[in-house]
Amino acid sequence: MDWEVVIGLEIHTQLSTKSKLFSGAAVGFGAEPNTQTTLVDLGMPGALPVFNKEALRMAVMFGHAINAEIGIHSVFARKNYFYPDLPKGYQTSQMDHPIVGKGHLDVLLDDGTTSRIGITRAHLEEDAGKSLHEDFQGMTGIDLNRASTPLLEIVSEPDIRSAKEAVAYVKMIHSIVTYLGICDGNMAEGSMRCDVNISLRPKGQKEFGTRTEIKNVNSFRFIEKAIYTEIERQADILEDGGKITQETRLYDAEKNETRSMRSKEDANDYRYFPCPDLLPIELTQEYVDDIKASLPELPSHKAKRFQSEYNLSEYDAHVLSSSREMADFFEAANSATKDPKLTANWVMGELSKLLNQAQLEINQSPVSASAFGKLLARIQDNTINGKTAKDVLQAMWNGEGSADAIIDAKGLKQVTDTGAIESMIQAILDANATQVEQYRAAEPDKQKKMIGFFVGQVMKASQGKANPGMVNPILAKLLKG
Amino acid sequence: MFEQSISTLATKLRNKDISSVELTRLFLDRISKLDPQLNSFITISDELALQQAKAADTLLASNKGTSLTGIPIAHKDLFCTQGVLTTCGSKMLNNFVPPYESTVTSRIQQAGAVMLGKTNMDEFAMGSSNENSFFGAVKNPWNLNKVPGGSSGGSAAAVAAGLAVAATGTDTGGSIRQPASFCGITGLKPTYGRVSRFGMIAYASSLDQGGPMAKSAEDCAHLMQAMAGFDEKDSTSSETPKEDYLANLNAPLTGLKIGLPKEYFGEGLDPKVADTIMSAVKEFEKLGATVKEISLPNLQLSIPAYYVIAPSEASSNLSRFDGVRFGHRCDDPKDLLDMYTRSRAEGFGTEVQKRIMVGTYALSEGYYDAYYLKAQKIRRLIKEDFVKALSEVDVIMGPVAPTTAFDIGSKTDDPVAMYLEDIYTLSVNLAGIPAMSVPAGFADDMPVGLQIMGNYFAEAKLLNIAHQFQQNTDWHLQTPTLAKGA
Repeated sequence: MDWEVVIGLEIHTQLSTKSKLFSGAAVGFGAEPNTQTTLVDLGMPGALPVFNKEALRMAVMFGHAINAEIGIHSVFARKNYFYPDLPKGYQTSQMDHPIVGKGHLDVLLDDGTTSRIGITRAHLEEDAGKSLHEDFQGMTGIDLNRASTPLLEIVSEPDIRSAKEAVAYVKMIHSIVTYLGICDGNMAEGSMRCDVNISLRPKGQKEFGTRTEIKNVNSFRFIEKAIYTEIERQADILEDGGKITQETRLYDAEKNETRSMRSKEDANDYRYFPCPDLLPIELTQEYVDDIKASLPELPSHKAKRFQSEYNLSEYDAHVLSSSREMADFFEAANSATKDPKLTANWVMGELSKLLNQAQLEINQSPVSASAFGKLLARIQDNTINGKTAKDVLQAMWNGEGSADAIIDAKGLKQVTDTGAIESMIQAILDANATQVEQYRAAEPDKQKKMIGFFVGQVMKASQGKANPGMVNPILAKLLKG
Repeated sequence: MFEQSISTLATKLRNKDISSVELTRLFLDRISKLDPQLNSFITISDELALQQAKAADTLLASNKGTSLTGIPIAHKDLFCTQGVLTTCGSKMLNNFVPPYESTVTSRIQQAGAVMLGKTNMDEFAMGSSNENSFFGAVKNPWNLNKVPGGSSGGSAAAVAAGLAVAATGTDTGGSIRQPASFCGITGLKPTYGRVSRFGMIAYASSLDQGGPMAKSAEDCAHLMQAMAGFDEKDSTSSETPKEDYLANLNAPLTGLKIGLPKEYFGEGLDPKVADTIMSAVKEFEKLGATVKEISLPNLQLSIPAYYVIAPSEASSNLSRFDGVRFGHRCDDPKDLLDMYTRSRAEGFGTEVQKRIMVGTYALSEGYYDAYYLKAQKIRRLIKEDFVKALSEVDVIMGPVAPTTAFDIGSKTDDPVAMYLEDIYTLSVNLAGIPAMSVPAGFADDMPVGLQIMGNYFAEAKLLNIAHQFQQNTDWHLQTPTLAKGA
């Protein structure tokens, strides 16, 4: 059977507010347990929530970024269930009237095509705390530092048809929220967590198949792998004539498998109702418009501008604009070179290679954008060639100083004196008389291949400092005899 | 001394006729003598009270402080008080000492009042007789066989018996007004949002409101001066500036338009209570008011609407009492579910469990529209009734309760009869308007309260109307024999 996969995603994005969604406690990762809490986060009797308006502003920014309807009237609702790290016995969330309504994203896929993914809604809610099962002699410890941390839950339509498309969509959301500065995007620390809903149906069938939900997948790679694994599992069951159980599953990255967490029968009746401790949020059109006017340039706009302003290819523009830091680095370096193609190649090539090796993000690069730009400028003015530049970049990376300081200290400046190059080449030709004879006797086609030997000898003799642009014509002239 | 008003006592304290320490001792003595019969206090904070009294005397000596400085009062045991046991009348919070202070008690403390202790109440404010307390029923000082009303029964009994000059209460469906009526004192339920709910243990958040309970409207006004006003810690508290509740107490009532809703005088109302209310209304006519009949057609619907909305909110509000972080936890739980179920089954009394179950049911998938949403629609209708009526008249008057205080144990087996007790008070909470209970006479030797309902944020007007009535009557000055005995 030919199966079509249907995927919908719920992405929990932790908003980077200074304080929590309903209390003045600081938000932060890694503090001592229960040190970032107030009466409200602890769910003490009589404690009341006070809504953090900064989270509201961030949610509205996101709404604009996905061309969504903004909820002028939105309502907090209580989602009731018991869990030890849910201090109040309910999570304050939004149900019938979310802050962000229907929107969409155009996602660029690897094959160059664009796919429009619908976004059903995005709503504000508070996070729960954490249960700690180690170090308590069989008991459970509760850390409520994370309780009431603001989350924006972004719910997609079931518009996604492949693992690759899902990852491209999540990357796009990641790039938007980090561009907007409303989330630090740190997936390893749980700042973005993804619930993946997957079902299969025979190609051509309209009705959806029974879906499963994989909870809390927290990296791009795991999302892709979890989806592949789950597709395979579901297809095996269906091929054997079995039925899919609607359930929540967990992805185990170590074993690369998903396993059942709880079935639909065990699902809670959350008894949502409007939270009586919080007034409905009423927004003015002015407030909504002001936020729209102050939005930073978004990745899709930036990619288009990079194509038109810098004449970059769609692919290069897309890669360079995928993160705000990358785009800023490129533009800062390019202001030194004024050669977008050269700058783009070096940012996406050598620099990215070093960053990947060191597992660093571009904003953690030990070589700043301006220092990098100055290095590229030395290629442009023929002080060094590209090959030498790679060595200089490595030295800069190692903290040996600026491009100019390293070129000076190591004597890497290219030889551009015609006389010096000519006498060096003549010496090489004299030392390799046999090869010169063979060259002169050869057909022009063969000569083209043979000249590489001489270029190599020259570069070796000059320790790479001979300007290749000058070596080639002089060599050709002298070989002619 | 125990019968005197806040104004009189404040003058005596300023004139050094008596010190706050002496006054506080006097009330602590009365509590130790009389409260064993009444059971109106859960906690008596005598040491703290004397400390506060000393501090008040120091302030008074340098002519500082407010009219509440040095006045001994009591707080309903659902206001969190820092370092002082706060039980909410429940076994669940039998061991709960809050590390924080509610806004209401904090403001009253800042005004210099002395806290004698925490008063008994129906568990989690659920009840109309104060029989639902883990700490035992409270007796009515006018007749020890009768209930004091609820849920603020401890506060009402304590004030009526002269065990405190005044007290705080809370009113979700009548819990200030009905006990005030049963015990012959004056109580005010302010407009929803007028008094902060921060630190007040929630029963039904959209209905709960704290307010003063005292011997007179003037004493209530003194407490409102301190209690009322916006609080940034309560998102539902109103930013409408608070009024000066003392300034207009003496404004004449000439031209006051009183509405009498015919639904408040129909079947179920004890004829003797009706007569007492009508005599009080006549007194207002003498003072220059005019009276007309009005209609609040959806009154009957207030009971079903209230008994859906309040339990729904309660079922969620009380989820935090799970045995995890504070309050009662069962012994040796075998797993998480066992800990939840036994801690809650042991910690909550029958009425609380009943309302949690009703609320859980009403919010359940498939029933939400039929119960919760429908109740919210009724709530809007009830509000519209009041808005319309209050566009025609200045205030609405009627009885607080259909009867006077009933015998202890007489309605505990008949929850519907108990719920019907609240027929005249519930709709005020659903609409969010302010209302008072003012002593208006006696029926069968038990006090009868007149209810005065006003427009949103018309507390000062209500206090003025009640004060003028009290300037011309002496019902509020009557004291139960028990109180005189000490």
